[in-house]
Amino acid sequence: MAMVQCTKVKKTYRQDTMATKALNGVSLSVKKGEFVAIAGPSGSGKTTLLNIIGGLDSADSGRVVVDGNVLNDMTQSKLARLRLHKVGFVFQSYNLIPVLSAQENVEFVMLLQGVPPPERRERARAILADVGLSGMYDRRPAELSGGQQQRVAVARSIVSDPSIVLADEPTANLDSKTGASLLEIMEEMNEKKQVTFIFSTHDKMVMDYARRLIYLRDGRVVEDKVRKG
Amino acid sequence: MFFQLGWRNIWRNRRRTLVILTAVVIGVWSMIFLGALMRGIADQFVRNGIATLTGHIQVHQQGYRNDPVVENSIENPARVEAVLTTHLPPGARWAPRVRVNAVASNARHSTGVTMVGIDPPREAAISFIGRAVTEGDYLRADDVYGIVVGKALVKKFATQLGRKLVLMSQDSEGNIASRAFRIIGIYRAEMETTERQFVFVTVSAAQQMLQLPNGISEVAILLPVHGEAPQVADSLRAALPAAEYAVNTWQELLPMATAILEIYDWSIFIWFVVVFIAMGFGIVNTTLMAVFERIREFGLLKALGMKPRWIIQEVLIESFCLLIIGMVIGNAAGFLSVLALSGAGIDLSALAAGMEYWGMSRVIYPHILGQDVIMANLVVFILGLVVSLYPAVKAARFTPVEALVHT
Repeated sequence: MAMVQCTKVKKTYRQDTMATKALNGVSLSVKKGEFVAIAGPSGSGKTTLLNIIGGLDSADSGRVVVDGNVLNDMTQSKLARLRLHKVGFVFQSYNLIPVLSAQENVEFVMLLQGVPPPERRERARAILADVGLSGMYDRRPAELSGGQQQRVAVARSIVSDPSIVLADEPTANLDSKTGASLLEIMEEMNEKKQVTFIFSTHDKMVMDYARRLIYLRDGRVVEDKVRKG
Repeated sequence: MFFQLGWRNIWRNRRRTLVILTAVVIGVWSMIFLGALMRGIADQFVRNGIATLTGHIQVHQQGYRNDPVVENSIENPARVEAVLTTHLPPGARWAPRVRVNAVASNARHSTGVTMVGIDPPREAAISFIGRAVTEGDYLRADDVYGIVVGKALVKKFATQLGRKLVLMSQDSEGNIASRAFRIIGIYRAEMETTERQFVFVTVSAAQQMLQLPNGISEVAILLPVHGEAPQVADSLRAALPAAEYAVNTWQELLPMATAILEIYDWSIFIWFVVVFIAMGFGIVNTTLMAVFERIREFGLLKALGMKPRWIIQEVLIESFCLLIIGMVIGNAAGFLSVLALSGAGIDLSALAAGMEYWGMSRVIYPHILGQDVIMANLVVFILGLVVSLYPAVKAARFTPVEALVHT
């Protein structure tokens, strides 16, 4: 069964009298455990597609199914529950909660899920160690570098064992070395935990890491190829 | 962690938090302190009324209150005394009085006064006069020619201790009765009007002058517990024949005091609401600013799967922390201010004339009432959270996509 199934997804943004077609009939299918990059120039609809798959935004038409859940039929409350339990997000600008430490940021999702405190603490520390941040549990985001913050964001996205992690240009604010290191971590997590990763990018290096590359242009899939085994 | 998050969030902008905390502290302090001041004024007003010859309860002959003449005196006080002995609670004190309107005069002046015939030792236990004599002596029980007058009357009559003062009134036979007294004591009262109004002689002197062999005008009762008056009055009404005797509580005897107490209750409540409205704008404004500064963060929280009600809860926790800190400091400041003034009070002698017009004391002692403190805190706490709902709901309504792209 496909982890993500998009069928003829369309999305148009309207501002005053101007309409911008962000997605114009996107159809794609992503299997469990895939490590997929969605590439394309700015304005091609990458972020919109990720937002719709993650239940942050809704399609105007078409059908989106994530881990067996038809997103089109879901209420905001059910979408929030889906995001909480099935989807992990990594954003371009890290988006950590500034008043919480690295460990607390990672624990936060588990807190919302109702995981007991001792288990939260143990899992958060373990995943932070996995992403190379052992010993930095109590540091606040402002005390971490951009690369370290993004690692915390990755740790947060996978700590609750989601079905899928959506990363919107995760390396855009990082230098190439740090970006490569982060991608290795994501790849390792993908292999270790069999979590499906979909990330958007227009960075050649990031595309090279992906095992499957879906290329968008003007809201359409123009290329979909498996790059390596 | 929600509390931890809320607590840390309020200290993200220390200056703004301190500004709103100051507003809450001043608001709560002013509610407690000015509430206590108003209660002190009201309390003093009632105490003055009770101490100035009212007592908690009075027993009269039926008709006396409508027509306070000698003919409406209690002719058989022993009957009333017997009931009082059996029906008053332990610690209650009472005293008989003869009270008639009279004309006081000396060689140069004359004025209308109220002549009060008292049993000196018993009266001293229930009203102000026992400890109010500042010059000369208080009355002795067997003194039938001594009179104690107020300082203001002495001043008005340009007289002094040892001088004569003639009282003239109507006796029980309907004839004009007069008697010359010698001023043996001068008293001071909270209000000058009291000093001008009341002159005190012994009850036996008054009875002789008015041809009242045993008669008295009233029995005044002072209870150990202020609030017991209605119940004790009911018990006395049941024991005394209603056709002959009227039993009234201080609330009935001082209708203006009762009305003023009611007005004060409402004034305090209105004051609380007014203070809160000013404070409420500050709370809404600050919370809104805090919410709009963190739109991206709320978008993130929603993206992570936080339900709208959890976001509302999160914003309310921040307001809760602010309100609790403000209330604790405001209450402490209020209590300390009242404590600091409870000894000496606030001396308003400079405004005494105006104050007296309203029956208020020269010195105000703030008096904290538990119900006012509870009401002030409830108003701040509940309404504070209610007004915080607006920014909280606003925060919960941001869509993740819009919020995450917000800069």
